[in-house]
Amino acid sequence: MASSSIKKGLTYEFKKGLWTENAVIKLLLGMCPALAVSNSATNGLAMGLASTFVVMSASTFVSIIRRIVPKEVRIPTYIVIIAGFVTLADLFLKAYFPPISKSLGPYVPLIVVNCMIMGRAEFFASKHTIPPSLADALGTGLGFTWVLVLMGAIREVLGSGAIFGYVFMGEDVFTPWVVMILPAGAFITLGLLIGFINFATSRKSSKGACS
Amino acid sequence: MTILLVFISAAIVNNLVLAYFLGICPFLGVSKRLDTAVNMGLATTFVMTLAAVITWLINNLILIPYNLPFLQNVSYIITIASLVQLVEMFIRKTSPTLYRSLGIFLPLIVTNCAILGLTLFAALKEYSFMESLFYGIGGGAGFTLALVIMAGIREELEFADVPKSLQGAPMTLLIAGMLSLAFMGFAGLLSV
Repeated sequence: MASSSIKKGLTYEFKKGLWTENAVIKLLLGMCPALAVSNSATNGLAMGLASTFVVMSASTFVSIIRRIVPKEVRIPTYIVIIAGFVTLADLFLKAYFPPISKSLGPYVPLIVVNCMIMGRAEFFASKHTIPPSLADALGTGLGFTWVLVLMGAIREVLGSGAIFGYVFMGEDVFTPWVVMILPAGAFITLGLLIGFINFATSRKSSKGACS
Repeated sequence: MTILLVFISAAIVNNLVLAYFLGICPFLGVSKRLDTAVNMGLATTFVMTLAAVITWLINNLILIPYNLPFLQNVSYIITIASLVQLVEMFIRKTSPTLYRSLGIFLPLIVTNCAILGLTLFAALKEYSFMESLFYGIGGGAGFTLALVIMAGIREELEFADVPKSLQGAPMTLLIAGMLSLAFMGFAGLLSV
C-alpha cells in the first residue's frame, strides 16, 4: 500500500483527504470537534484551521523522526508531539484571537485526542517521507475544515439566521430553529449530512468506529 | 451538597456525550451490543475517576505552584496514557476474567476524548479535590448511561427498516440527536 501510494503522486495524496478519504464524512474520525464547535461558521473555520496546522506540523515531525523512534514507544511519542503542537496553537489563539479562543474553550486542547491527527501520524507519516506526509496532512486538514465550515454554516443559518456572525434574516422574517445551535442540532445535522452524501454517491457508508 | 450537585450535573444535566460531544468515537463504535456497552462504560468510569483525581493532584501540587499551566495538555495526556497502561497491567495480573471482558477496551480509552475533556473541564471549573473525584465518577456514570441507552436502542434497531443511505453511522447520529433532545429536558434541573 505504502509504495503504491507514493507512485500516485503528491496531488493524489492531497486530494484524497478532501473527498474520498475525508476524515469526518467517510472515515468518521474527529467527530468530537466536528460536532462540538460547528455551532457557527466562524468557530468551524477556526477549529478547522487550528487542526490543519496541528496535523501538518505533527505529520512533518513524525515523518522526520520515523526512523529514530522505536516501534514500541511510537504511540506515546506521537501523542507528546501532537500535544506540543496543540499547546502552540492554543497559546497562539489565546494571544491573537482571544474571542475565538474563548468560544472554542477546552475544545482547542482537545485537538490532542482528535483521532484524525493520530490516524495520519500512525498510518501515513510514520511510513512516508516528508513531502507526501505534508500533502496528505494538508488534504486531511482542509477536508476536515470544509466539513466543519459547511456544518457550522448550516447550523448558524438555521439556528440564528446569520452566517459568519452577519445576520441576514432578522427575527421578523425568520424564526430561528433554536435546536440547531444546541447539541441535538449537531447530531442531527451531521447524521443527515452523511446520509445525504451516502445517498448522493449511492455507496454504502464506511464501517463505523474510530480509534 | 455541592458534591451531589457536581455528580448529578456531570451524569445527567451536562452529560459528557450528549451535551459536550466527548467520547463520540466509542459511543458510535461500541454501542452495538448491550453487554459490551456496559463493560466499556465501567472501564471508562474507572479510568475517568482515577484520571480526575490524579490530574487534580498534578495541577494543584505541581503545575500551579511552579507556574507551568502551559504544560497542562502534555502532562494530562501522558498521565492518562500511562494510567491506562497501569490499569491494564494491574487487571491482567489480578483478575484474568475481568481482563478478558475489559481488556480490549482499555487501549481504546487512551484516545477517548471524554477523559481528557473531563480533566480539562475540571481544571477550568477549579473544582476542589472532592468535587473533582465526584465529577469523575459522575462523568463516567453519564457516559455509561448514554452508551447503554444507545446500545439498547441499536439492538432494537436491527429489526427496523432503515433507509439504505442512513444505515450505520448516520442513523446512530440521528438517534443521538433525539437522545440529546430528551436529555435537554433536565436542563432546568440545576445550574452548576
